[in-house]
Amino acid sequence: MLEYIISKYNFWVYVILLLIGLYAMVGKKNLVKKLIGMNIFQSAVILFYVSIGVKKGGATVPIFLGNAHAAHGHGHAIIDVASYINPLPHVLMLTAIVVSIATTGVALAVLILIFRRYKTLELDEIMKIRKETGV
Amino acid sequence: MATHFAALIIVIPLIAALFVPVIGWWKKGLCYPWVVAVLLVPLISSIGVLNRVIESGPFSYYLGGWAPPWGIEYAIDYLNAFVLVIISVISLIVSIYSKKSVEKEIPEKVVPFYTLFLLLVTGLLGIVVTGDLFNVFVFLEIASLSCYALIAIGRDGAPLATFRYIIMGTIGASFYLLGVGYLYIITGSLNMLDVARLLPELYHSRVVLTAGIFMIVGIGLKMALYPLHAWAPNAYADAPSTVSGLIAPLMTKVAAYMMIRVMFTVFKPVFFIEVIPVTSILTWMAAVAIIIGSIYAIAQTDLKKMLSYSVVAQIGYIALGIGLANKSGLTGAVLHILNEAFTKGCVFLVAGAIVYKMGACNINEFKDLYRKMPFTMSAFLIGAFSMVGIPPTCGFFSKIYLIMGAISADKWIFVAVLLFSSVLNVVYFFRVIQIATFETPMPDYGRDKAYEAVYMDEVPLSMLIPIQIMAAGILLSGIFSSKIISTVIQFVIPVGF
Repeated sequence: MLEYIISKYNFWVYVILLLIGLYAMVGKKNLVKKLIGMNIFQSAVILFYVSIGVKKGGATVPIFLGNAHAAHGHGHAIIDVASYINPLPHVLMLTAIVVSIATTGVALAVLILIFRRYKTLELDEIMKIRKETGV
Repeated sequence: MATHFAALIIVIPLIAALFVPVIGWWKKGLCYPWVVAVLLVPLISSIGVLNRVIESGPFSYYLGGWAPPWGIEYAIDYLNAFVLVIISVISLIVSIYSKKSVEKEIPEKVVPFYTLFLLLVTGLLGIVVTGDLFNVFVFLEIASLSCYALIAIGRDGAPLATFRYIIMGTIGASFYLLGVGYLYIITGSLNMLDVARLLPELYHSRVVLTAGIFMIVGIGLKMALYPLHAWAPNAYADAPSTVSGLIAPLMTKVAAYMMIRVMFTVFKPVFFIEVIPVTSILTWMAAVAIIIGSIYAIAQTDLKKMLSYSVVAQIGYIALGIGLANKSGLTGAVLHILNEAFTKGCVFLVAGAIVYKMGACNINEFKDLYRKMPFTMSAFLIGAFSMVGIPPTCGFFSKIYLIMGAISADKWIFVAVLLFSSVLNVVYFFRVIQIATFETPMPDYGRDKAYEAVYMDEVPLSMLIPIQIMAAGILLSGIFSSKIISTVIQFVIPVGF
């Protein structure tokens, strides 16, 4: 059992982070904590992607060392795929990181608007104010 | 030029969006004509794309000349092209409408509004045009982020609704992304057609199962499908009127398109029908959505909120059509995307017009509205007819196909649900019409006071004409529905139905 967990530890890490994030988003009453939960949630997905690019058996980062022609397909050096980790998930995650930062930015701006309106960021207090004003 | 139509649909609005702040900095008044002019490009391109698909069948466009599966492929088929035309038509109509409404509701935020407007349209068009799973996520987030910002500038309470939407929307998008990740693990490809080719041998793998579930739940969240709808009503109701006029018809329908795409193109229908019974769960969730959404709509006194709950109910129709997974059902679902785009566009623009004139849209204050705004309210009447399903509006035809689909799937309970929901729609729409039409003092000959004079007080032409075009769209898409089905929608149905 322990071996099973250790052999797939990257998935366990991401699942645990995902659940922490989900709990914070659903269970916490403070809006900033919800936002932090959202960040953890997104980071979990990013870590998941990054970890699936890894290959076992001494694969390294894909830095191209051969002559320039090989890159265009008519050189003689054939790149051995097994000796390099897969860079594609990492590149995808660059986009996802940008997206997550943009989302955080928008969410923080929205939190400022909420704070100006209600003078608090606790969800239950906001709900009380909304009920009193009849909105 | 014509060969690049597929790319122009995205590229032109995206670049034009960057120029809006520059133009706005120079002359604020020029933003509006700029946006309208720019949105003509996607309209022309998408009609060109649809024409090409009808003439010579589906085709692919390789972005930057990189061949799939390495490059991003824009795979255009009947479904894509059809939804593209819907999006570009609706967004153009709403952009024409926007001028007066934006000037009145958010006068100091005209420039950011138009920037975000173009970005939102870019995102929506991008989700539909692309044939790459990860690219869908990127465009989905472009659309969502601009949508969050647009909703947040709405009326009191909008920021809180937006925050809720951000949380839920991010969960949805992340789930979708996780699903894509699992598909990438097992197939090593992100191109939809390539994944569809590689997957069938792997259908009994648990990884594929996880991927499918994550993607459907994620899209369901974006689609506001019951019980994942909690963010939608407040977000749509509190947004500025023009924004609700754009996102209510398009946002959830684009997610519905994604669902059709994932369920019937990326995965073959057999996976979600036989390997895991998602379709039958979907039909039940849809049935509950239809009933609950309609009942909540009846309980509202705010017109925009009522219409927002109606969106939740109508999404149920589309999900039901998808879930029935037979020819008539899916035809009904795709036709209902068209119908909903025009109908919800029409009624939300009418709500915007009422807000423009009255400052709010509480249904109980609608007295004499038919005399004050006869043209606007007659468009509302057409929208209500379509919602209830009275011929020759499009709502009748999409509903009849859904009912036929339920009958041929031998699920009579859904026939009952569809018919019952029509009755509920009558209740909540005709309540508005009743107050607006008949709540006038009856001739009372024994009284002393003179009648209160009611003058016609219509909205400006730049708002009235788009509303009328939407209403005309409802009628035309109903009258020509058989032609639309025979030229486009019948080719959308996957093989084996």
